[in-house]
Amino acid sequence: MNTPVSAVDRKHTTETLEGAVIRFCGDSGDGMQLTGGEFTTTSAVFGNDVATFPDFPAEIRAPAGTLPGVSGFQVNFASTDISTPGDKVDVLVAMNPAGLKTNLADLKAGGILIVNEDAFNNNNLKKAGYARNPLDDGSLKDYKLYKIPISRLCEESLAETGMGAKAIGRAKNMYTLGVVYWLFDRSLEPTIKHLTDLFTKKKNQPEVADLNIRALKAGYYMGETAEMFQSRYIVPKAKLAPGKYRQISGNEATALGLIAGARLAKKTLTYAGYPITPASDILHFLSAYKNYHVKTLQMEDEIAAVCAAIGASYTGDIAVTGSSGPGIALKGEGIGLAVMTELPIVIVNVQRGGPSTGLPTKTEQADLLQAVYGRNSECPCIVIAARSPGDCFDAAVEAIRLATKYMTPVMLLTDGYIANGAEPWLLPKMSQLKPIEIQHPTAFNAHSDEAEGEGNNVYWPYLRNENLARPWAIPGTPKLEHRVGGLEKAQNTGNVSYDPMNHQRMVDLRQAKVEKVVQDIPPTEIQGEKSGDVLLIGWGGTYGSIHAATERLLNRGHKVGTVHLRYINPLPPDLGEIIRRFKTVVVPELNKGQLIRIIRDRFLVDARGINKVQGKPFLISELVAQIEAMLPQPRVERAAR
Amino acid sequence: MTQIELPKYSAKDFATDQEVRWCPGCGDYAILAAVRKVLPDLNHRKENYVFVSGIGCSSRFPYYMGTYGVHGIHGRAPAIATGIKSANPNLDVWLVTGDGDGLSIGGNHLIHMLRRNVNIKVLLFNNRIYGLTKGQYSPTSLTGHRTKSTPLGSIDHPIHPISFALGVEATFVARCTDVNKGGLNVLPDVLKAAADHRGSAFVEIYQDCNVFNHQAFFYATEKDTARETTVLLEHGKPLIFGANRDKGIRFNSTRLEVVSLENVKEDDLLFHDETDPALAFLLSRMHHTQGLPEPVGVFYRVNKPCYEDMLTEQIEKSIAQRGEGDLEKLLNSGSTWTVSE
Ligand SMILES: Cc1ncc(C[n+]2csc(CCOP(=O)(O)OP(=O)(O)O)c2C)c(N)n1
Ligand code: SF4
Ligand SMILES: [Mg+2]
Repeated sequence: MNTPVSAVDRKHTTETLEGAVIRFCGDSGDGMQLTGGEFTTTSAVFGNDVATFPDFPAEIRAPAGTLPGVSGFQVNFASTDISTPGDKVDVLVAMNPAGLKTNLADLKAGGILIVNEDAFNNNNLKKAGYARNPLDDGSLKDYKLYKIPISRLCEESLAETGMGAKAIGRAKNMYTLGVVYWLFDRSLEPTIKHLTDLFTKKKNQPEVADLNIRALKAGYYMGETAEMFQSRYIVPKAKLAPGKYRQISGNEATALGLIAGARLAKKTLTYAGYPITPASDILHFLSAYKNYHVKTLQMEDEIAAVCAAIGASYTGDIAVTGSSGPGIALKGEGIGLAVMTELPIVIVNVQRGGPSTGLPTKTEQADLLQAVYGRNSECPCIVIAARSPGDCFDAAVEAIRLATKYMTPVMLLTDGYIANGAEPWLLPKMSQLKPIEIQHPTAFNAHSDEAEGEGNNVYWPYLRNENLARPWAIPGTPKLEHRVGGLEKAQNTGNVSYDPMNHQRMVDLRQAKVEKVVQDIPPTEIQGEKSGDVLLIGWGGTYGSIHAATERLLNRGHKVGTVHLRYINPLPPDLGEIIRRFKTVVVPELNKGQLIRIIRDRFLVDARGINKVQGKPFLISELVAQIEAMLPQPRVERAAR
Repeated sequence: MTQIELPKYSAKDFATDQEVRWCPGCGDYAILAAVRKVLPDLNHRKENYVFVSGIGCSSRFPYYMGTYGVHGIHGRAPAIATGIKSANPNLDVWLVTGDGDGLSIGGNHLIHMLRRNVNIKVLLFNNRIYGLTKGQYSPTSLTGHRTKSTPLGSIDHPIHPISFALGVEATFVARCTDVNKGGLNVLPDVLKAAADHRGSAFVEIYQDCNVFNHQAFFYATEKDTARETTVLLEHGKPLIFGANRDKGIRFNSTRLEVVSLENVKEDDLLFHDETDPALAFLLSRMHHTQGLPEPVGVFYRVNKPCYEDMLTEQIEKSIAQRGEGDLEKLLNSGSTWTVSE
């Protein structure tokens, strides 16, 4: 293919950067998610470390050109290790006035601003609430502004294809991407390959592939020839741990982790769900993997989904249900049934902004107390959380392992931010993952004088093992017929029992069983100081921000240590001892303070919270500022790391 | 091939050592006895049966069957049963529900299980009352019914379970009564027919709640009235009823009417056709208070692919086309790159 070769370019100076943050924004019909995704893959394949933040409206197509209709995709790519999509933006690409208006505040002073000049017409300006055209009134003088008539140039360069105006109009995102590729000296190959795979191979529309590839190249050549940009930027490869990588989003990693978990257990996976943002993609991914013996059931609602999972679990499948926000609320009663029947299921909660319908496409961490406590009566669940897109894979495998080992439901918390965000993922080797041992009894397990037949031998469905788990005999096994259900059961025999002392015992046992999980929790890793002034305790998708903030605080000489929790119920057994080594405990969360309540309750420590509920992840800078305000003055500057 | 080694079961094999705790005189006893009696005749392995239920007096049923069983949560049995059948299509899954459990809180789930044609046998114990919660009106209670929660009489219009099942595309729809002292005891036959049907089978059973709605269906079960108020549906046969089998049902334009066989020939009567959904619906609207006998037996029976069969088929097809899934390969799919030492 006739792709331009980069690097040799005498007309422009080149600058080498450690990293850069680009945000593409425009109308939700402008294809910004695809554009950002392409840039990310290209950069990852090139060898940068990358982190992304897609941000899109809840409506599929909010009125074109309006502020609520703006869709954005931010990508941070670097030659160094990065863990967040970045606080501030180095390059903002705005396809229309509404995009500019909603995103300009995040552009660094002196940053590059690329706009589609053609979209700044009276109509669009009015819809975005601009009285005057910001491109002409001097209000953007603090930025390196590049006004490019993208619509017109794209149209001109594609006129000869003979395709309709609508199709050509749609290709302007690829034209724009071409310009940015030129600016950052990226290869066009990965995108050309993807466009060919998508349109030519999958959709059998070679003419659309051709159109988009032409647009991409035209944009690239425009950068090269128009002498508009003074300089190009190079972001060298990052030094990542050696191995094979791919880009992965949290939802895809969750789906793969569930398949892997079932494989490790040598079992079939049943996933029952009901469409809801942002959890639906797990259902979509899994539905495509039927040849992995994956059964996906799109049920009539979330209650049905959790109940179908319970039925599949009773029958011996690895049974999983997933949802978000209001859907998890609906599952409450079903989760209680799984706790009571002591059947292993995994509930994936891709948290989103709430309450009620809330902010369906935005992120939040406000379901933690619901996960731990949010059911009627004493109803303990194992709760674990994933920290990054790739980590969803490990967390999903772990959820299956714990559920089946302890015969109880496990709630796996992810969130909209890591579910949709992507990062380079060091591929695990299946052969290096620990198998999950599951045994379904096939013979009697007890002897009872009251039992009739076969030498007084019986099967007791509630006879527990050393982990307090009950045996998992499945229908179809001769002689082990037994009933489970929501009514309280007698320990051992599993018969319905209203005996007060038995109830006390069973409530205690169900609790003790969940607490047994501490034996599976590895020693807690601490980032930074092992003792000192401040211990940061984080959980879930805030990992990237907290990790980066900790680095910065350490560099400024603060005595800070950070732990990021995978296990929330139960908590790691060594956490109390770690807490005692620090003067202050700070718990940053994207909620009004939930983990902090559990920490305070458990360890009687006067922990302090950093809390935010804006549907957005933490900025590194805001964490650093708030933590510094709680710290004594720094002593020594540490060498930059 | 399993037929050969199949043990010979008796009703006792399907009992448990648990004490049955329905009120004395409850219609549920008769249904339990009938089910225990019919199962040994079906020649299926006992360990393959799973009885699933929701919550209600009727939903205690699984505890009294010596099979696998799940006593679920209120209304959700169809979803649990769908999960069971999907996970293992070889199991014989039976679902026991009440008029409240199945048509009120669980109406939605029942709709979707029936329309998907999951191969599950549904026994809906209709006593037109909430038994377990001590006597509130239910979705099948008649308008005007006075109960604890409707002291001035119910203002709801009741659901017709058979019309409901037909409307949501069930492939087998039948009705019977818990007991019949008038000699038309179709319960065992209907149970067998349901078991033989490949697909969702919906069976409404008129059930007497001895305590909170006693005698609600006495017209259809007692010796002196049953033959006059019910008519047995038999495929391809005319609708004839009455203690002396001297009455029949005939079309009068688009309506059904009762005629005496003294003046009308059998050939002019309505002949039952199990495969006609419009006819089945018409039959489902017959009510003894309008002077028409209420049909018992099979209203509707057609063959359609079952959910779990198609589920399995898609998986098998996918494996045939794309090969047995290789996880290592899947992990390595998409754009990958290697970072070397
Ligand atoms: C979520 C929930 N809501 C309410 C109840 C209380 N409840 C138990 S059984 C029942 C009604 C049962 O009526 P029906 O299904 O007709 O069964 P019957 O007892 O008449 O056999 C109700 C309302 C419950 N167990 N769970
Ligand atoms: S309350 Fe009615 S339905 Fe329930 S057991 Fe008693 S008689 Fe039967
Ligand atoms: Mg009832």
